[in-house]
Amino acid sequence: MKFRQSLYTATFLTAVLVLWYVLYKSYGPTVLTPPWATLRKATDLLTSPIYWPHFGESIRAFLIALVIAFVVGTFGGVILGGWRPCGEVVEPLLAVINSLPKVALYPVILLTFGLGLWAKVVFGALHGVIPIMISSLAAVRNINPVFTHAARAMHLTRWQMIRRIWIPACIPEIFSGLRFGFSLTLLGTIFGEFFASQRGFGFLLMNAIDLRDVRTIMALILILVVFAVISSSALLAIDRRLHRRQV
Amino acid sequence: MSRYGWIRLAIVAGAALILEVLCRSHIVSRLIMIPPSEMLISAWQILASGAIKDDIYVSVVNICTAIALSISGGFFIGLAIFSLPALRATLEPFLASYYSVPPIVFYPLLIVIFGINQIPQIIIAVMFGLVTMVINTINGLDRIRPVLLKVGRVHRASFLVTVFRIKLPAAAPYLFIGVTLAVSYSIIGVISSEFIMSAVGIGHQISYAYDSYDNRTMYGLIALVLGIATLLNMSLHVYSQRLLRRWTR
Repeated sequence: MKFRQSLYTATFLTAVLVLWYVLYKSYGPTVLTPPWATLRKATDLLTSPIYWPHFGESIRAFLIALVIAFVVGTFGGVILGGWRPCGEVVEPLLAVINSLPKVALYPVILLTFGLGLWAKVVFGALHGVIPIMISSLAAVRNINPVFTHAARAMHLTRWQMIRRIWIPACIPEIFSGLRFGFSLTLLGTIFGEFFASQRGFGFLLMNAIDLRDVRTIMALILILVVFAVISSSALLAIDRRLHRRQV
Repeated sequence: MSRYGWIRLAIVAGAALILEVLCRSHIVSRLIMIPPSEMLISAWQILASGAIKDDIYVSVVNICTAIALSISGGFFIGLAIFSLPALRATLEPFLASYYSVPPIVFYPLLIVIFGINQIPQIIIAVMFGLVTMVINTINGLDRIRPVLLKVGRVHRASFLVTVFRIKLPAAAPYLFIGVTLAVSYSIIGVISSEFIMSAVGIGHQISYAYDSYDNRTMYGLIALVLGIATLLNMSLHVYSQRLLRRWTR
């Protein structure tokens, strides 16, 4: 079965490469670069020290945003999940905020935090925090009541209850939320760099459009896609393992 | 309205009031934010004057096109993937990690290919909205309980009756999740791409006002976008709940 799955994956990747090559052949080199040349350009970008500050800036902004989104989201979600009336009041508000185009708020953030690292960080965190909050809220609320009853029957202290019951029961769901939050925070951070930014990955992309430098655009996209797919597959694997452990 | 509903309303109103006081007392500078009441007045004036009528029209048309393509395309692709196990095994790992790649990074490439016009924006919005519809369609079809189909077979239900009376209503909750998400993702896709680089559209007008330090117009437009999105999402929510109640009766 495992062999079969990797065969399917290989077929899909081959199909993507073939499609890419066909598009390249039909549109020509002014519009697209072929797979091999793009990969070479991407390694050039990653190995030339002039670009390191840009990648470093993006990675720093992304990580800070992720930490903020995770801490605020988890704490908020646990409180809202544990305190039922408060959760009932706030949850629909979260759902509405989640569906709004947050892009429209970016100028407000720029005006408040100024141009630079913190505007990107806040914008990234803003994207990630609500999904994380919603899933940790659900995690706390959906703890199987049997667990709590059993714990009470065994006279567990409050601390033991948190350590032995609540945390293990919530972790899989909270981790799934973190997985969504990861992608959305990445989106927010990159978007923050597209607009009114002087450094970072998004800035490089915008700069490449102005220069109509297709090679750089495609190489940057390739770098980001590879980064996103690898990190998300790793998170997905951990996620599956956590959910399997919990029976 | 329920008690919680009133509390919710009070929280929103309270937040707006605090913001109003902070702005009016100049604790928050006017260069950063204008009072919420002025935002609403400005939004109304923008609408009434018709100054950006064309931009609103273009944005709304793009959003609606993207919604229609995402929902119909997503539904049929989901159906195809559900019915072909080999296709499903091939695509499933990629569907699971699809949203880890922000579609917006493809926007520069699409601009180079198609130029600065509506096509890249609609493609970006569909890239945002389509896959959530696909995922939720598959999810919904997976959750149809076999017993329902058996009951249908016992009653010798025809193919059409099976589809419209059993399969669709059973899958409906997930389809609605897909539709709701596809709608909000399409809005996000169109407004985002207009914001980054575009010649027309509400998103473009916001970034234009930002660049020209025109805070009043900018906040009016932001209030307008958030208002339209909230209205659309809420009416969709109410409508889907009503439909769901009728179907699952």
